Amino acid sequence: MILGIDVGGTHTDAVLIEGFKIRKKAKIPTDETNLLNSLHRVATEILAGEDPKKLQRVVLSTTLSTNAIVQNKVARVGMIVAGGPGLSPSLLPRIPHMFHVAGYVNHRGVIAAEINREEIKAAGGKLLQEGIKHLGVVGKFSTRNPAQELQTADLLAGDFRHISLGHRMSGRLNFRRRIDTAYLNSAVWEIYQRFVSDVLQFVRSQGIDVPIYILKADGGTFDVAKSAEFPVQTILSGPAASIMGILSMAKCDEDAVALDIGGTTTDIAVFADGVPLLENLGVTIEGHKTLIRGLRTRSIGLGGDSAVRSEGGKILVGPRREGPAAALGGPLPTLTDAMVVLKRTDIGEERLATAALAPLAAALGRSVAETAQLIFTEACEKIVGAVRSFIREINNEPVYTIHEMLAGKIIVPKTVHVVGGPAAAMADYLGEKLSCRPCIPQHSEVANAVGAALARTTAEITVLADTERRLLTIGEEGVQMEIPSRYTAAQAIAAGTERLREKALAMGAREEDMEIEVVENQEFNMVRDMYMAGKNIRVKVQLKPGLISGFTRGQAL
Amino acid sequence: MTLMDRQRRRTGLIFFPAFDWAISPTHPEREERLLYTQDQVFEEGLLDFDNIIEFKPGLATTADIDRIHICVPEAKSVITESHLISAGGAITAAEKVLSGEVDNAFALVRPPGHHAMRVVHGARGFCNVNIEAIMVEYIRKHYGPKRIAIVDTDCHHGDGTQEIYWHDPNTLCISIHQDGRTLYPGSGFTDEFGGPNALGMTVNIPLPPRTSDEGFLYVLEKVIMPILAEFQPDLVINSAGQDNHYTDPITNMRFSAQGYARLNEILAPDIAVLEGGYSIEKALPYVNVGIILAMAGLDYSAVREPDYHAEALRQTDQITRYIERTAAEVMDLWKRRREMKKSLVGAAGYVKRNKHIYYDTDGISEQQEETVRVCDDCGGLVLIDSFADTGRRIFAVIVPGQSCPVCREEGEAFFNRMEKGRYRHIYFQDRDRDIYIRK
Repeated sequence: MILGIDVGGTHTDAVLIEGFKIRKKAKIPTDETNLLNSLHRVATEILAGEDPKKLQRVVLSTTLSTNAIVQNKVARVGMIVAGGPGLSPSLLPRIPHMFHVAGYVNHRGVIAAEINREEIKAAGGKLLQEGIKHLGVVGKFSTRNPAQELQTADLLAGDFRHISLGHRMSGRLNFRRRIDTAYLNSAVWEIYQRFVSDVLQFVRSQGIDVPIYILKADGGTFDVAKSAEFPVQTILSGPAASIMGILSMAKCDEDAVALDIGGTTTDIAVFADGVPLLENLGVTIEGHKTLIRGLRTRSIGLGGDSAVRSEGGKILVGPRREGPAAALGGPLPTLTDAMVVLKRTDIGEERLATAALAPLAAALGRSVAETAQLIFTEACEKIVGAVRSFIREINNEPVYTIHEMLAGKIIVPKTVHVVGGPAAAMADYLGEKLSCRPCIPQHSEVANAVGAALARTTAEITVLADTERRLLTIGEEGVQMEIPSRYTAAQAIAAGTERLREKALAMGAREEDMEIEVVENQEFNMVRDMYMAGKNIRVKVQLKPGLISGFTRGQAL
Repeated sequence: MTLMDRQRRRTGLIFFPAFDWAISPTHPEREERLLYTQDQVFEEGLLDFDNIIEFKPGLATTADIDRIHICVPEAKSVITESHLISAGGAITAAEKVLSGEVDNAFALVRPPGHHAMRVVHGARGFCNVNIEAIMVEYIRKHYGPKRIAIVDTDCHHGDGTQEIYWHDPNTLCISIHQDGRTLYPGSGFTDEFGGPNALGMTVNIPLPPRTSDEGFLYVLEKVIMPILAEFQPDLVINSAGQDNHYTDPITNMRFSAQGYARLNEILAPDIAVLEGGYSIEKALPYVNVGIILAMAGLDYSAVREPDYHAEALRQTDQITRYIERTAAEVMDLWKRRREMKKSLVGAAGYVKRNKHIYYDTDGISEQQEETVRVCDDCGGLVLIDSFADTGRRIFAVIVPGQSCPVCREEGEAFFNRMEKGRYRHIYFQDRDRDIYIRK
């Protein structure tokens, strides 16, 4: 049995899956002031009468980190940053308690300016005086050579509760995002630690003694103990849960669009040949652009509860939500009310919906039914417009080789998967407008919990082999090692794959779930003074996001 | 908010490093060229700024090439896909600017183009087709006639661009470069000043080896900016070579990333297009970050090469005085440009020049006789007789953009009358009507 729980912003869902069949579902409103409490309640409910010994794994998706950041309930963090020449500090993320110190690593990973120990110690001293206990240490190009970050952390270790090192956050290049990511990781570290220890205490008290996984923003899982080290990886796991849910419930290996139409917002995701697309660099949260791998989603302010008004004879839907639908006793007419009038859905009281739309209809000089149709069409067109522009943006993504330029994949969605409250009412119409087959997955009301339950572990490794320097670097792992001058791309892939397996196992991956793929493989001749000086080999390998083995996509749950 | 933040501009970036294209494995124009630039641009996170927007390059068409070049025997035989992409990247940059989507744009693309002349038998100076000229004529075709200034800041004389626009009174070509007596292609002296119908529309400012930031910025302020102010272009294009850098392996100048950024801030080009620059590790990453920040109106004051040492790179007083003299000489020519026609042309109806063009990249030699009709109303009808040692001899009749009726009629009559005879092909190009015929 697998237990999947998604502690979302509004609801907490749980599913118990046995033999890849849903045995039980549960759904309760989330207690925003106490997420752990919601977790306890839903788990107690779904496990009632079950034998915890039959559980094989438990997977949680939680908004804890996201909420902490959104509500600014985070720890104060001291940042020690070595930017060297380049962007002026005024163009770096604005974080209080940031110290700019000496030190510089260039793009080849060569140390071009030394750090100043006294300066670093002095900065640490000032932070301690201010009572700051969490630290982020970030250097430019530290993924090309982590030495200076490590030295800095060594100088300050012992004085602080936790230090987040920039190079450990991601293998990707982006100094500004590295700063933001390390900052967020330290900012939520304390609150997340507490959550993890509470969760572990709770599950053990339930007699559960199986691996506990946490869902990440990229739709992959990692062991709860590992998650305590990198809590920032758990931000924005909600949309990821929903997309993984759709992935598990939909039989699709083609280009597709997934829509999660909620009360206030609609989240859009895109599948290329059945694989969900990831953000190129990382997800953005509250203006913090990060290096956290995450599913590429676009959110628009439109949902079932979006308030409807008219302006200059035109119907406007959203982006505000002023309460539930009028049919359910809400204060204003909403999209849901229009769908009630159109008999596309039968929730609430039609009488109330009609009454709420009447003043709008009068203002437009149309019947209530016509007005409802206008509202419905306008809402659908907004979603369709957003989907089209999102796909256009993806298809117009810059590429850097002639091969990709001429043979690059163009996404043409064939199916639109729709989940969320208004899914049934809107799917057909949206499908027609998008020229896609509409599909409403089964159990879509607990899609998030199912997605969490069935998601497998994901990880990524970035390898840079510089045969002129005879040096191999795996940035995010903090690894540098000597290689022979005749090192090849195949060897780099092998080294990356080996390291990826180790990393994945440490994150709790199961052998049978590891689907390793090479996502980047470039090799450049390095020529100096007209002679071949070596090769610059760049490899990225990953565990493909997907579902645990044994489960076939789209199989009836 | 700093002072500079208030001058933020929306800058389009068309980045196409062509990581799978090289002239040959160890050629300076190889896959690796923009690798470290990419690293630096990514690491500095430039694409995360709201006012720096990356666009995918479009693909230029052979029709875009035929609007300005006479390719022998035809466009598709002298180019590869990479040229269609780099020219397409320049066109995309122009489109984004002219449509108002961005305030300015930088086509950070390769391969380059500024050594490619009007007739193309092959590649010279690593260039097959002239991507700026293709872009300029695309702009004119789609956005109407425009006065355009091309400022070539590559260390090598922009001889291709100069040759293409030699007779065009609506295109001002200014090139600053290392003195032709010391560097390829060996041209670009102050007395190369434009054809009889476009005197002063070609301006060359040769600089002595070891010129540093001070010298470049001096000619920018004392020569280029005043000339631009008088010419009043609708668009300024920076043909942005980066080989004036003090670390460039094939040149001898001492320009820095700060200098490049400052130059672009002052010049404020609408469009910049990458040309040469082969110090791929020590210069390009920093120079490109500097240019992008300067174009976007972001603070570039901290951009510096890790090994930069101002004192060691300072130019000598002798160089300073030499540059001052050159600047004065150029300004003097510029001021006299209108009076010069009478003494240079006299009563002649046509003016001929003979050129020997060597395609160093492909090892082709071309003899060319170019005849232009002396005209006070347009750039003048151009007739070209070109013979390359590939055995190909061609003749081209070129009616200029914004042509006068007389030049057009003469051109049409000439083309209709011409027999192929010993010529492989006879070409007719009419820019205003966008006609290109080969017989």
